[in-house]
Amino acid sequence: MNTHHLQERRGRRLGITYSAPMGLWLTVFFLVPLGIIILYSFLKKGLYGGVEWEFTLSAYQQMFNPNFMRVLFRTLWVATLATCFTILLALPCGYAMARSRNQVLWLALVIVPFWTNSLIRIYAWIAILSSEGFVNEALKAIGLISESLPLIYNQGAVITVLIYMYIPFAILPLFTTIDKFDFQLLEAARDLGATKAESIVKVLLPNIRSGIITALIFTFIPIFGAYTVPLLVGGKDSYLIGNIIVDQVTKTRNWPLASAFSLVLTVLSTIGVIWMMTSNASEKARQKSVVQVADTNGGLS
Amino acid sequence: MKGFDVTVKDVSRAYGSFKALDDVSIEIRKGEFFSLLGPSGCGKTTLLRIIAGFDTPDEGVVLLDGKNILPLPPDKRQVNTVFQSYALFPHLSVYENVAFPLRLKKVPATTLDAKVREYLHLVQLEAHMDKKPNMLSGGQRQRVAIARALINEPSVLLLDEPLSALDAKLRQNLLVELDHLHDQIGITFIYVTHDQSEALSVSDRIAVMNKGKVLQIGTPYEIYESPATDFVARFIGETNLFSAEVKECVPYEDYYMTTLDIPALGTTIKVTDYDNLSVGQHVSFTVRPEKLKITGDMPTKVGKDINLFKGIVEEPIYSGFQSKYYVSLENGTVIKVIQQHANYMDEGPDIDWKDQVYVSWSAEDGYIVEVVDR
Repeated sequence: MNTHHLQERRGRRLGITYSAPMGLWLTVFFLVPLGIIILYSFLKKGLYGGVEWEFTLSAYQQMFNPNFMRVLFRTLWVATLATCFTILLALPCGYAMARSRNQVLWLALVIVPFWTNSLIRIYAWIAILSSEGFVNEALKAIGLISESLPLIYNQGAVITVLIYMYIPFAILPLFTTIDKFDFQLLEAARDLGATKAESIVKVLLPNIRSGIITALIFTFIPIFGAYTVPLLVGGKDSYLIGNIIVDQVTKTRNWPLASAFSLVLTVLSTIGVIWMMTSNASEKARQKSVVQVADTNGGLS
Repeated sequence: MKGFDVTVKDVSRAYGSFKALDDVSIEIRKGEFFSLLGPSGCGKTTLLRIIAGFDTPDEGVVLLDGKNILPLPPDKRQVNTVFQSYALFPHLSVYENVAFPLRLKKVPATTLDAKVREYLHLVQLEAHMDKKPNMLSGGQRQRVAIARALINEPSVLLLDEPLSALDAKLRQNLLVELDHLHDQIGITFIYVTHDQSEALSVSDRIAVMNKGKVLQIGTPYEIYESPATDFVARFIGETNLFSAEVKECVPYEDYYMTTLDIPALGTTIKVTDYDNLSVGQHVSFTVRPEKLKITGDMPTKVGKDINLFKGIVEEPIYSGFQSKYYVSLENGTVIKVIQQHANYMDEGPDIDWKDQVYVSWSAEDGYIVEVVDR
């Protein structure tokens, strides 16, 4: 009894020791910066950047400028569209990878682009999409067009490049869940009268739900805060929240407003993640409570 | 009979150089409980998958009620499958699993509910209909899979080793239930198994398969008593199998009394057969262990059609209702004898380890399996 207690106490102390580095890391690199952002958003803007130590809500009042609201909704629109396309493309990729015999090869091909700096990859897209770029020149060469198409510096280009940048973050979680899926369930569905499409919608998708949610979170959040892609391949119609924040810090030098926008971004993303995770967790909890009921029933009978 | 007949004609299927099915032809009758029996890798599951529509043969046709079903996808065939691993949908309740085929057909809610309950009642699972499959025991999952496969009212039900994941006692019960279910709904059952006792106990007819070929099709007792090949003799039940040479073959009543020289026994034995074999032909000969009589004393009345051997019990295996003895004959060959314990025994069987015994069988109880062409 005594030794058991001792062991438990020692175990608890060890647990704290083990978690200390993680806690320190989170404090220094996450909680403190977040605190600074929250603090700054309630202060007065300094004349040449920085802040003056005077409480004010002026940053939040400035945010309700209709121009900023338009950018917020545009960002939501672009992020939603890009995320949906990313998931729709990633699903068949993840499925094909899970069913392939060369899983390692495909995984490598998905991961290898990360070895190149993301800015360089975006510049590569400029070379592909610009008016003298690869696509336009190729289309001209085969005589489909005579004038260059406006493929770059618009929302279409931003969405295309965002999909390219974030599709690995969708493919990887989808691949992992589909890989664990029992494909015989699809045969069972076909056997019971489902067409190919029905078997995918009614059996595959509900069973890889958690993977789809992870993929949504992993793609929507970084896309929602993206600023380099709209900066480099976007035009006037693709100025997003991320760009506002960068400009408020570097050009307009309104740090409180930049902080306020960052906070809005963080809060919206957090709400989204919590909502998606709870809808998944409540489903699991419901299943679990039924299991417990079943167990007690078994005990009684 | 509500079921359809199934004709498998000249079907071959190869995976690379491996021949899973090699020119297989089987005719399964309407409403029959038909088993495909064989060791793993014999092609029985491949054949089932071809009938279900999950695999396509390289050659041959499969007719359902006289119509070629090979061009149809699985969802258009009047055939449903009970999978070995059950393949229940984990995200759906028992009720929704069984309702799945009806929901696809957009059956109206009231009809659907009545029918789902009817089939849940059929497999005695009404009490569990709100549970998810992972909360059920193996036997219950099996029943859900059966109800789900039957609710479409298929003409043929395919069962792919449906009991292999269950323990022996439960397997026996479910086997009896399956048999009752078959009698009740009267559709054709095609049952794949590697367990010969399962196949013998419920089937109307059995096809024994090995290495992609059908070796014999017959009723359970035909397959057991008159195996067509050595493989069938060895695979079904226990046997004493010897190669032999025909020494004499003379008409006897309405068959032939054949004398065989069996080198392994070091002597000749007598066996009756319907064929007039010619002297010098090489054959294989079997006699089932339970047809042998084992006695401690020399049997008093030895007719001329009795084969009698003297030996020593090497290993007695007592299992309650019977004992199996490995008896070493005088020339060293070991044969198996099974003795049923029909009477009450106060002090156990009177034959024990290292006892000297007499083993005998009458000429009618042996069987010539096949003529070996040489």
